[in-house]
Amino acid sequence: MHLRNRVHRDTLYISLDGELDHHTAEYVRDGLDSMMLQTAAAKIVLDLASLRFMDSTGIGVLIGRYKKMRDMNKPIFIANPSGQADRIFKMSGLYSIMPKAS
Amino acid sequence: MKQINPINFMRLELAAISTNESFARSTVCAFATRLDPTMDQLDDIKTAVSEAVTNAVVHAYDGNDGIILIEAELFNDHISIRISDSGTGIGDLDKMMQPFVTTKPEEERSGMGFTVMQSFMDSLNVESHVGRGTTVSMKKFFAQKSRQAAGA
Repeated sequence: MHLRNRVHRDTLYISLDGELDHHTAEYVRDGLDSMMLQTAAAKIVLDLASLRFMDSTGIGVLIGRYKKMRDMNKPIFIANPSGQADRIFKMSGLYSIMPKAS
Repeated sequence: MKQINPINFMRLELAAISTNESFARSTVCAFATRLDPTMDQLDDIKTAVSEAVTNAVVHAYDGNDGIILIEAELFNDHISIRISDSGTGIGDLDKMMQPFVTTKPEEERSGMGFTVMQSFMDSLNVESHVGRGTTVSMKKFFAQKSRQAAGA
Protein backbone atom coordinates (compact mmCIF):
# COMPACT_ATOMS: atom_id res chain seq x y z
CA MET A 1 0.00 0.00 0.00
CA HIS A 2 1.32 3.40 -0.96
CA LEU A 3 -0.10 6.93 -0.79
CA ARG A 4 0.91 9.80 -3.07
CA ASN A 5 -0.33 13.36 -2.95
CA ARG A 6 -0.22 16.43 -5.13
CA VAL A 7 -1.94 19.80 -5.02
CA HIS A 8 -3.51 21.39 -8.06
CA ARG A 9 -5.16 24.79 -7.63
CA ASP A 10 -7.40 24.50 -4.54
CA THR A 11 -7.51 20.70 -4.45
CA LEU A 12 -5.39 18.09 -2.69
CA TYR A 13 -5.29 14.87 -4.72
CA ILE A 14 -4.32 11.70 -2.86
CA SER A 15 -3.76 8.46 -4.81
CA LEU A 16 -4.18 5.12 -3.06
CA ASP A 17 -1.96 2.51 -4.65
CA GLY A 18 -2.38 -1.09 -3.48
CA GLU A 19 -4.91 -2.98 -1.35
CA LEU A 20 -7.00 -1.42 1.43
CA ASP A 21 -7.95 -4.04 4.00
CA HIS A 22 -7.70 -4.50 7.76
CA HIS A 23 -3.96 -5.18 7.48
CA THR A 24 -3.19 -1.90 5.68
CA ALA A 25 -5.94 0.20 7.34
CA GLU A 26 -3.75 1.75 10.03
CA TYR A 27 -1.13 2.86 7.51
CA VAL A 28 -3.79 4.37 5.25
CA ARG A 29 -5.57 6.07 8.16
CA ASP A 30 -2.38 7.65 9.51
CA GLY A 31 -1.16 8.63 6.03
CA LEU A 32 -4.43 10.25 5.01
CA ASP A 33 -4.70 12.08 8.32
CA SER A 34 -1.23 13.57 8.09
CA MET A 35 -1.75 14.67 4.47
CA MET A 36 -5.27 16.01 4.94
CA LEU A 37 -4.90 17.73 8.30
CA GLN A 38 -1.86 19.67 7.12
CA THR A 39 -3.13 20.81 3.74
CA ALA A 40 -4.03 24.37 2.87
CA ALA A 41 -6.18 23.11 -0.02
CA ALA A 42 -9.93 23.74 0.16
CA LYS A 43 -11.02 20.27 -0.90
CA ILE A 44 -9.69 16.75 -1.19
CA VAL A 45 -10.01 14.15 -3.94
CA LEU A 46 -9.17 10.52 -3.18
CA ASP A 47 -8.06 8.91 -6.44
CA LEU A 48 -8.73 5.16 -6.34
CA ALA A 49 -7.56 4.34 -9.89
CA SER A 50 -4.63 2.29 -8.51
CA LEU A 51 -6.53 0.72 -5.62
CA ARG A 52 -6.54 -2.95 -6.58
CA PHE A 53 -8.69 -4.19 -3.69
CA MET A 54 -10.91 -2.82 -0.95
CA ASP A 55 -13.29 -4.50 1.48
CA SER A 56 -15.66 -3.01 4.07
CA THR A 57 -12.68 -2.01 6.21
CA GLY A 58 -12.25 0.78 3.65
CA ILE A 59 -15.70 2.16 4.51
CA GLY A 60 -14.74 2.49 8.16
CA VAL A 61 -11.48 4.23 7.24
CA LEU A 62 -13.22 6.68 4.89
CA ILE A 63 -16.06 7.51 7.28
CA GLY A 64 -13.45 8.19 9.98
CA ARG A 65 -11.61 10.63 7.68
CA TYR A 66 -14.90 12.30 6.73
CA LYS A 67 -15.67 12.99 10.38
CA LYS A 68 -12.26 14.61 10.89
CA MET A 69 -12.42 16.81 7.80
CA ARG A 70 -16.04 17.79 8.35
CA ASP A 71 -14.92 19.77 11.39
CA MET A 72 -12.48 21.68 9.15
CA ASN A 73 -15.13 22.28 6.49
CA LYS A 74 -13.19 20.49 3.77
CA PRO A 75 -15.20 18.21 1.51
CA ILE A 76 -13.76 14.90 0.29
CA PHE A 77 -14.57 13.42 -3.13
CA ILE A 78 -14.00 9.92 -4.56
CA ALA A 79 -12.45 9.54 -8.03
CA ASN A 80 -12.03 6.46 -10.25
CA PRO A 81 -13.38 3.68 -7.98
CA SER A 82 -13.26 0.13 -9.37
CA GLY A 83 -16.57 -1.60 -10.04
CA GLN A 84 -16.12 -3.59 -6.84
CA ALA A 85 -15.33 -0.53 -4.69
CA ASP A 86 -18.23 1.33 -6.33
CA ARG A 87 -20.67 -1.38 -5.23
CA ILE A 88 -19.41 -1.27 -1.63
CA PHE A 89 -19.72 2.54 -1.61
CA LYS A 90 -23.27 2.40 -2.97
CA MET A 91 -24.26 -0.34 -0.54
CA SER A 92 -22.99 1.66 2.43
CA GLY A 93 -24.31 5.03 1.27
CA LEU A 94 -20.81 6.51 1.35
CA TYR A 95 -21.44 8.71 -1.69
CA SER A 96 -23.93 10.74 0.34
CA ILE A 97 -21.03 12.09 2.43
CA MET A 98 -18.20 11.67 -0.11
CA PRO A 99 -19.60 12.31 -3.60
CA LYS A 100 -17.99 10.97 -6.75
CA ALA A 101 -15.68 13.55 -8.32
CA SER A 102 -17.02 14.63 -11.70
CA MET B 1 -31.72 -36.15 -3.88
CA LYS B 2 -28.51 -37.51 -5.35
CA GLN B 3 -25.35 -36.44 -3.54
CA ILE B 4 -23.02 -34.73 -5.99
CA ASN B 5 -19.32 -34.99 -5.28
CA PRO B 6 -17.15 -31.91 -5.74
CA ILE B 7 -14.78 -31.91 -8.71
CA ASN B 8 -12.08 -30.41 -6.52
CA PHE B 9 -11.56 -29.33 -2.91
CA MET B 10 -9.04 -27.52 -0.73
CA ARG B 11 -8.42 -27.14 2.96
CA LEU B 12 -6.20 -24.47 4.45
CA GLU B 13 -5.33 -23.70 8.07
CA LEU B 14 -3.71 -20.38 8.81
CA ALA B 15 -2.74 -18.18 11.72
CA ALA B 16 -5.33 -15.52 12.56
CA ILE B 17 -3.07 -12.56 11.81
CA SER B 18 -3.79 -9.63 9.51
CA THR B 19 -0.96 -10.42 7.07
CA ASN B 20 -2.88 -13.57 6.13
CA GLU B 21 -6.00 -11.68 5.01
CA SER B 22 -4.65 -10.99 1.51
CA PHE B 23 -3.09 -14.45 1.30
CA ALA B 24 -6.43 -16.09 2.16
CA ARG B 25 -8.52 -14.17 -0.37
CA SER B 26 -5.93 -14.57 -3.16
CA THR B 27 -5.62 -18.31 -2.50
CA VAL B 28 -9.37 -18.98 -2.65
CA CYS B 29 -9.58 -16.92 -5.86
CA ALA B 30 -6.73 -18.85 -7.45
CA PHE B 31 -8.55 -22.06 -6.53
CA ALA B 32 -11.82 -20.78 -8.06
CA THR B 33 -10.28 -19.90 -11.45
CA ARG B 34 -10.75 -23.52 -12.53
CA LEU B 35 -14.47 -22.73 -12.89
CA ASP B 36 -13.68 -19.99 -15.40
CA PRO B 37 -15.34 -17.16 -13.47
CA THR B 38 -15.57 -13.60 -14.76
CA MET B 39 -13.34 -10.92 -13.21
CA ASP B 40 -16.39 -9.53 -11.41
CA GLN B 41 -17.24 -12.92 -9.94
CA LEU B 42 -13.63 -13.35 -8.78
CA ASP B 43 -13.76 -9.90 -7.15
CA ASP B 44 -16.99 -10.90 -5.39
CA ILE B 45 -15.39 -14.05 -3.96
CA LYS B 46 -12.21 -12.20 -3.03
CA THR B 47 -14.15 -9.54 -1.15
CA ALA B 48 -16.43 -11.98 0.68
CA VAL B 49 -13.49 -14.15 1.80
CA SER B 50 -11.65 -11.04 2.98
CA GLU B 51 -14.66 -10.00 5.08
CA ALA B 52 -15.00 -13.41 6.74
CA VAL B 53 -11.28 -13.79 7.45
CA THR B 54 -11.05 -10.23 8.79
CA ASN B 55 -13.98 -10.92 11.12
CA ALA B 56 -12.09 -13.91 12.51
CA VAL B 57 -8.89 -11.89 13.04
CA VAL B 58 -10.59 -8.79 14.48
CA HIS B 59 -13.52 -10.22 16.43
CA ALA B 60 -13.17 -13.97 16.99
CA TYR B 61 -9.61 -13.82 18.29
CA ASP B 62 -9.29 -10.08 18.90
CA GLY B 63 -5.52 -10.04 18.40
CA ASN B 64 -4.89 -13.28 20.28
CA ASP B 65 -3.39 -16.41 18.73
CA GLY B 66 -5.83 -18.54 16.83
CA ILE B 67 -6.36 -20.66 13.75
CA ILE B 68 -8.65 -19.96 10.82
CA LEU B 69 -9.77 -22.92 8.73
CA ILE B 70 -10.73 -22.32 5.11
CA GLU B 71 -12.39 -25.12 3.14
CA ALA B 72 -13.57 -24.76 -0.43
CA GLU B 73 -15.23 -27.17 -2.83
CA LEU B 74 -15.69 -26.75 -6.56
CA PHE B 75 -18.77 -28.13 -8.25
CA ASN B 76 -19.76 -27.89 -11.92
CA ASP B 77 -21.65 -24.68 -11.49
CA HIS B 78 -20.58 -23.22 -8.15
CA ILE B 79 -17.95 -22.86 -5.45
CA SER B 80 -18.78 -23.56 -1.83
CA ILE B 81 -16.58 -21.92 0.82
CA ARG B 82 -16.48 -22.45 4.58
CA ILE B 83 -14.46 -20.21 6.89
CA SER B 84 -14.30 -21.30 10.52
CA ASP B 85 -12.68 -20.08 13.71
CA SER B 86 -12.61 -21.34 17.30
CA GLY B 87 -12.86 -17.90 18.84
CA THR B 88 -15.32 -16.04 21.04
CA GLY B 89 -18.41 -16.62 18.91
CA ILE B 90 -21.22 -14.18 18.22
CA GLY B 91 -23.93 -13.73 20.87
CA ASP B 92 -26.68 -11.91 19.01
CA LEU B 93 -26.17 -13.12 15.46
CA ASP B 94 -29.34 -11.54 13.99
CA LYS B 95 -28.27 -8.16 15.28
CA MET B 96 -24.63 -8.48 14.15
CA MET B 97 -25.72 -9.37 10.62
CA GLN B 98 -27.50 -6.05 10.21
CA PRO B 99 -25.67 -3.29 8.34
CA PHE B 100 -23.64 -0.76 10.34
CA VAL B 101 -23.75 -2.82 13.54
CA THR B 102 -20.26 -3.28 15.00
CA THR B 103 -18.85 -4.00 18.43
CA LYS B 104 -15.73 -2.01 17.54
CA PRO B 105 -16.74 1.50 16.44
CA GLU B 106 -13.66 2.92 18.22
CA GLU B 107 -11.48 1.00 15.74
CA GLU B 108 -13.48 2.53 12.89
CA ARG B 109 -14.99 -0.81 11.88
CA SER B 110 -17.89 -0.16 9.51
CA GLY B 111 -20.17 -3.03 10.54
CA MET B 112 -20.72 -3.84 6.86
CA GLY B 113 -18.92 -7.20 6.71
CA PHE B 114 -21.90 -9.54 6.69
CA THR B 115 -23.86 -7.19 4.40
CA VAL B 116 -21.03 -7.30 1.86
CA MET B 117 -20.79 -11.12 2.09
CA GLN B 118 -24.54 -11.40 1.64
CA SER B 119 -24.74 -9.19 -1.43
CA PHE B 120 -21.55 -10.38 -3.15
CA MET B 121 -22.31 -14.11 -2.77
CA ASP B 122 -25.37 -16.12 -3.82
CA SER B 123 -25.88 -17.70 -0.42
CA LEU B 124 -24.59 -17.03 3.09
CA ASN B 125 -25.08 -19.07 6.23
CA VAL B 126 -23.52 -18.20 9.58
CA GLU B 127 -23.41 -20.53 12.54
CA SER B 128 -21.95 -19.34 15.81
CA HIS B 129 -21.67 -20.58 19.38
CA VAL B 130 -20.45 -18.30 22.15
CA GLY B 131 -17.12 -19.55 23.45
CA ARG B 132 -16.74 -22.09 20.64
CA GLY B 133 -16.48 -20.13 17.44
CA THR B 134 -18.10 -19.21 14.16
CA THR B 135 -18.48 -20.86 10.77
CA VAL B 136 -19.38 -18.82 7.69
CA SER B 137 -20.60 -20.84 4.68
CA MET B 138 -21.00 -19.14 1.31
CA LYS B 139 -21.74 -20.18 -2.26
CA LYS B 140 -21.19 -18.50 -5.59
CA PHE B 141 -22.81 -19.84 -8.76
CA PHE B 142 -21.38 -19.53 -12.27
CA ALA B 143 -22.83 -19.90 -15.73
CA GLN B 144 -22.09 -23.46 -16.78
CA LYS B 145 -20.59 -22.95 -20.25
CA SER B 146 -18.60 -25.90 -21.62
CA ARG B 147 -18.31 -27.67 -18.27
CA GLN B 148 -21.93 -28.72 -18.64
CA ALA B 149 -21.01 -31.48 -21.06
CA ALA B 150 -18.19 -32.76 -18.89
CA GLY B 151 -20.34 -32.82 -15.79
CA ALA B 152 -23.46 -34.40 -17.29
